[in-house]
Amino acid sequence: MNAIKVIEEGYKKEIPHFRIGDTVSVSMKIKEGEKERIQTFTGVVIGRRGGGIRETFMVRKISYGIGVEKVFPLHSPLIEKIKVVKQGVVRRAKLYYLRDKKGKAAKIKEKTFNRK
Amino acid sequence: MKGILGKKLGMTQVFEEDGRLVTVTVIEAGPARVVQKKEKGRDGYDSLQVGYDEIRKEKNVPKPMKGHFQKTSSPPYRFLREIKMQGFDEGDSIRVDIFSKGEKVSITGRSKGKGFQGVMKRHNYKGGPGSHGSMFNRAPGSIGQSAYPSRVWKNKGLPGHMGDRRVTVKGLEIVDVRKEQNLMLVKGAVPGANGGYLIIRSDAPVAAAGES
Repeated sequence: MNAIKVIEEGYKKEIPHFRIGDTVSVSMKIKEGEKERIQTFTGVVIGRRGGGIRETFMVRKISYGIGVEKVFPLHSPLIEKIKVVKQGVVRRAKLYYLRDKKGKAAKIKEKTFNRK
Repeated sequence: MKGILGKKLGMTQVFEEDGRLVTVTVIEAGPARVVQKKEKGRDGYDSLQVGYDEIRKEKNVPKPMKGHFQKTSSPPYRFLREIKMQGFDEGDSIRVDIFSKGEKVSITGRSKGKGFQGVMKRHNYKGGPGSHGSMFNRAPGSIGQSAYPSRVWKNKGLPGHMGDRRVTVKGLEIVDVRKEQNLMLVKGAVPGANGGYLIIRSDAPVAAAGES
């Protein structure tokens, strides 16, 4: 069992701390034929699942009026970097309810740090 | 042909360089030791008897085996199998590095026992409809004809004990070989429970570099 843990740890990466409801921008390496370029996908984290090397997170954004969701393996070597753009306040682990909301209703309260 | 003995440690996932996740089985392969060299002149065929998983306490060695190990002054092993390969001598140790990344291997193990199973699980029979009062759910159905042959054909699939038998899976790709830890990662699943013994074989001859 221990040997398996060692193997898994070897593939893990440094991941910035982010939570459900945060807005993140994920830079992904994309191969087009010979060339490699970086594509960023910015949206709200609506869920994380799995653990260890298998952990994935789901990002949702509205692209040209259409909702787009993408699931990324957290430790994928194709992810160049994950940047936390905004921190949100939510009370759920999975934000699937956002799929049925539009416009202002789909907004997530931002975390404020200057409390009295 | 070349081969090594090992133990299944478990399964996990691993990233390839291009970002793809591959499911792998982690195998502790070797170090195995050549216990006995069989030769054509004496034994009728050429082969190597290889031992793996040393028995550390002497009281755990079966008495008849003790004599066998003493004959070649080899430490006692739990798992002894013959592998028809060349390039090793009695007392040589066989390590994972006889295999390399990307090679295809056949892996033999003892499958998990499933107990007495019906025909649907054991032979993939279709069974009947689950509902609408069919009354024919998981039964095997007809098992043959009438006056001729007046018996059930041999090899007719019927309920019985399933699993716990020798199973070989061919064409498994080696994803990684870690020499220092004696580990080998193989793409996909391998027969048997975690901790089960395995024989890992390949038709390719032993590479010159593999010799220690």
